[in-house]
Amino acid sequence: MARALKYLALLGYVVFLAFPLLWLLSTALKTPQEMAALDPTWIPRRPTLANFADAFAEQDLVGAGLRSLVVAVATALITVALALPAAYALARFRGVAGKIAIGWVLVSQVFPVVLIIIPLFMVLRRLELVNTLAGLTVVHVTFVLPFALWMLRGYVRAVPRELEEAAAVDGAGRLRALAAVVAPLLAPGVVATLLFSFISSWNEFMFALVILKDPEVETLPLTLVRFVGPEGVARLGPLAAASLLATVPSLVFFAIIQRRLRSGLMAGAVKG
Amino acid sequence: MTALAERPYGRAGGGSRRGRRRGPRSGGGLALLLPALVPVLVFSVGPLVYGILLAFTDARSGRNTETSFVGLENFAELLSDGDFWESFRIGMVWGLSVTVLQFLASLGLALLLNQDLRLRGVARVLAVVPWAMPPVVVGLMWRLVYHPDAGLLNGLFGSDVDWLHDFSLALPAVIVVGVWTGMPQTTVVLLAGLQNVPRELYEAVSVDGAGPWRRFWNVTLPQLRPVIVAITSLDFVWNINQFSLVYVLTQGGPGGRTRLPMLFAYEEAFRYGFFGYAATLGVAITIVVLAVLGLYLWRQAREGD
Repeated sequence: MARALKYLALLGYVVFLAFPLLWLLSTALKTPQEMAALDPTWIPRRPTLANFADAFAEQDLVGAGLRSLVVAVATALITVALALPAAYALARFRGVAGKIAIGWVLVSQVFPVVLIIIPLFMVLRRLELVNTLAGLTVVHVTFVLPFALWMLRGYVRAVPRELEEAAAVDGAGRLRALAAVVAPLLAPGVVATLLFSFISSWNEFMFALVILKDPEVETLPLTLVRFVGPEGVARLGPLAAASLLATVPSLVFFAIIQRRLRSGLMAGAVKG
Repeated sequence: MTALAERPYGRAGGGSRRGRRRGPRSGGGLALLLPALVPVLVFSVGPLVYGILLAFTDARSGRNTETSFVGLENFAELLSDGDFWESFRIGMVWGLSVTVLQFLASLGLALLLNQDLRLRGVARVLAVVPWAMPPVVVGLMWRLVYHPDAGLLNGLFGSDVDWLHDFSLALPAVIVVGVWTGMPQTTVVLLAGLQNVPRELYEAVSVDGAGPWRRFWNVTLPQLRPVIVAITSLDFVWNINQFSLVYVLTQGGPGGRTRLPMLFAYEEAFRYGFFGYAATLGVAITIVVLAVLGLYLWRQAREGD
């Protein structure tokens, strides 16, 4: 009896979580005629891939995808390059300055993004970087850096200090000890942080909306919103098709780092 | 643990040799802290301090406008701005209800996932998918679900409702999407917390003859408390600062019924060009969030004792 109830509850969750996803998939495969029908169908009667072709024809999905890729890759690389030495320092040298820095990283999460985007917008405008991918990359780095720092610091702390010291005592010197002993152990964490930064940038919408004004420089999330016209009259099939495609990179990368992200989030949430 | 284990070793080995090693090490530390402090200062502290200062100015978006310090004028204007209060009210309803519903739904799911049930694998995968999706796609996807003609809901219920444009239904409809998107993080964290509850505690109360409900109430919940406090606090901060999802779903409509504070601030700043005023709004929201969190954490800490 209790077991049956549990299954019923779990089934309820599965339905709630899955039905919008299935509906998106179903809409992407439907013909316009079938979509206009009064009774909606779950499984398209005559499944079609025409919506995908239409999506590419209607909007510059390839261009937007490439621009998103450039920004996301640049964001990931710059973020990790800035955060790695910082995370190492914060994990290994626990002075007052380090404590204040890591405390700030936590506190900064409370501030709403408007407080960051307005000053950044003003600075970028002065530097003539509004409406450029470089400008958006700068904003994304700012936005991702705190959490990346937090994640990396956790991974550095997981590398036993004794290992490093043993290598240093053997006369390897601090830098060689870092390269030979710490780097290999840290590599999975660095990869996870790179992918996390990539996903954050690839998915990001608000900053792109503020920084990028012309269709020629738009990233993918902005182009997707374009499928919904000014009157909200959308071409639903191509919209669904394009949405599915835009989700693939995030989903794949996320599957890879899921486990590590979980431990990172836990370290952040519980240890405080 | 490791810190405790290291200390006596360090003391035992303490001598002139260790003293000499200390000097260059902390020097190297300072040199290494520089790369830590510079990015944090340039990319995080700098913009935020600038943003907060803007709240006390009449900064506008125009290129050649003069900006001057106006003290608390923006705050006074904000307090008498009916649109702000309406947006603020909607933001609190949204933030609190999404956080509470997210927590309850996620706790239920985490408890189920922590048991030996058949569908668990599927549910586990499904439970993290929304986390990986771009918020824009989540918004567009739910627009398809809510669509008055080609949508799923009206077909299912045989109703003829324009969910996202109905004055009284739009906010609840958007809250459902908020819960759907935010469940993964909360579920994952709660599940990890559940798995960290020591088994012996359950065995101890089972010996006392406690049923599942008492076990949950007397063991699981108290053990989970720190995790719950942490994740609900984070969720509240994330939810109150939500923008993309609701922008894509309704753009704040109909008639401002879903205009969360961040949408209001976005419009003030980037549609009307009132940078200073929008920054004031950001500062006000920060103060409210800190106050709510402070009260919540203080109460939890007191009850925890």
